[in-house]
Amino acid sequence: MRLINKVGAWFEQRTQLGAPISEAATHPVPRETASWFYVFGSAALTVLLLQIVTGILLALIYVPSAGEAWNSLQEINHNVSLGWFIRALHGWGSNFMLAIVLIHMVQVFLFGAYKFPRELTWIVGVFLLLMTLGMAFTGQVLRFDQDAYWGLGIGASITSRIPVIGPWAVSLLLGGPIIAGSTLSRFFALHVFVIPSLMLAFVGLHLLMVLKLGINEWPMPGRIVRRTTYLNEYRELTHTDGVPFVPNAVWKDIVFSGFVLVSIAVCALYFGPFGPGGQPDPTIIQTAPRPDFFFLWIYALLSFLPPSAETPILLIGPAIAIVVLLVLPFVAGEGEKSWKRRPIAVLTILLVAVMLGTLTRLGDHAPWSPVMDAWSRLPIPSEYLRGRTALERRGALVFQEKQCHNCHSLGQQGGKRGPALDQVALRLNQDQLIRQVIQGDGNMPAYGKNLNPPETTALVAFLETLHPAAMAPARDASRSAAVE
Amino acid sequence: MNVENPTSRRALLVKIGLLFNGTVGVALGIPIVRYLLSPATRGRDHGYESWLSLGRLSQFPAGETRLATYRNPIVSPSDGQTANIPCWVRNVDGRSFQVFAVNCAHLGCPVRWFPQSNLFLCPCHGGAYYQDGSRASGPPERGLFEHEYRVEAGNLLIKAGKLPTPGPSALIQLSGKKTCA
Repeated sequence: MRLINKVGAWFEQRTQLGAPISEAATHPVPRETASWFYVFGSAALTVLLLQIVTGILLALIYVPSAGEAWNSLQEINHNVSLGWFIRALHGWGSNFMLAIVLIHMVQVFLFGAYKFPRELTWIVGVFLLLMTLGMAFTGQVLRFDQDAYWGLGIGASITSRIPVIGPWAVSLLLGGPIIAGSTLSRFFALHVFVIPSLMLAFVGLHLLMVLKLGINEWPMPGRIVRRTTYLNEYRELTHTDGVPFVPNAVWKDIVFSGFVLVSIAVCALYFGPFGPGGQPDPTIIQTAPRPDFFFLWIYALLSFLPPSAETPILLIGPAIAIVVLLVLPFVAGEGEKSWKRRPIAVLTILLVAVMLGTLTRLGDHAPWSPVMDAWSRLPIPSEYLRGRTALERRGALVFQEKQCHNCHSLGQQGGKRGPALDQVALRLNQDQLIRQVIQGDGNMPAYGKNLNPPETTALVAFLETLHPAAMAPARDASRSAAVE
Repeated sequence: MNVENPTSRRALLVKIGLLFNGTVGVALGIPIVRYLLSPATRGRDHGYESWLSLGRLSQFPAGETRLATYRNPIVSPSDGQTANIPCWVRNVDGRSFQVFAVNCAHLGCPVRWFPQSNLFLCPCHGGAYYQDGSRASGPPERGLFEHEYRVEAGNLLIKAGKLPTPGPSALIQLSGKKTCA
């Protein structure tokens, strides 16, 4: 024990860090902030450290070369002891990191922590969020499989739409004319050097300000923030009713961080690593690229935006969102902190959560994507053949063969891009069916050139049989009137 | 000694030192910026595209659309399989051809050809194109990207070498006819 003390004293004499560390650890914080609501920031930091450690471990073996990356990931998964587990920790760590960062952001927003004097803490936090998203995207690229390859293509397509500098921006993004070796190299540099070092610097600044300005007090309805009085009020609060950060508050941070680490490890053990999926060979076009979970909402959004509005929304939307987040502390730097007196703040969070949740779920299901192999893989349901005439059966075959099934479902099977056709005969009469098939409309290609007249006749005859037995199909009222 | 006097000799030396460092910084900045911008400037100076062969004409029967692949003309040692680029070749009538990039004009996913219905379909957001590459339905705002082609000594040659993207200049880059529906 005496030796330890002596060594400690030796270092202390030279570094003189003891006093500032002890001061930082025991600085008084408002009593109510020793709360389970205040643990997300430290948990995000813990996961960041996990990502750094596992990232370095992966970099020992990963080869950032377009020709070798995929093989090196297989090597880590299969030939290195517990390599799969380290990859799984890094992958699940990334998901947990994003989730925790978002929860942390919602918490500080609802608790009014971005108000005076913590505006810059919030702004640095916004940049940290953007960097976390940047890490997630560049990390997805380093898992160099088909999704990564075509995901880069999507990135390039969006980038190319920037007015004037679009084509040059694409070359800079890809590092050359195509998605290839230099693309992966630059994403590796971003993921491993550029963004992490910026992130560490910003995290340092973020933490420094939390220490200097003090943790945001628990918001009380009616306790108004004013620039002139707040600092004195906060000082009084921490000195009259404060508790030392260590140990009163820190134990919850430590317990929660441990819980998060255990959760990541359990997910990693149970679900395993993410991919890699198919080889990043562009000549294998039998693939349906999908982004990672946290980008599914963008994938869904890109399906729903009207084509003419897509480019402006894609380019201006993110800029507006970032500017809104950055100016928030200046627009609402004073006033009520409590979410109980800030209904618009609560509604905003709910709206954004519902929007992102819905889009993510839609992105997961992707009903707009044609089922590419529905024509060859799915059977013609037998009930659609039973009791049909030869012409109608021929129509059922045309339906299957001409890729109608890829976009239209029958009996819950097939694509969902177009409407389900189980009861189409109730909606459209014969003439309308012919017109729809031949001319197409809205989201449907015109099949006029692709079906010969007998095929069209057979297909429409089949479609006319698609109605419940007890309900009469649609018919042209004027035609029957003319006959009578 | 008065270090705060802005006219003192030391203050002047500090300024000269800063000026010197600034000059060196700018001088070093120029090569750094040029290095960083080289993917963009190289394309502007020499162009990335060149003529390359897709093989004998006999591989592409009249009236059919076939997948062809080529090795990108500009390759770096680490490219591996990513420099093998596919394209769709349509032999219209035995004499004229259309060569389409596989990249959907919406967001670049690979479109697949369905000979039964004569459609190209995209697996991402459901863009559809007719056999001549024109837009049929879905989110794309234009038809498929088309490569210039020529026939030389029984070989089909196309001009290629750059990922086609739907931005403004993509229409000029691949100087094939614009196939908006």
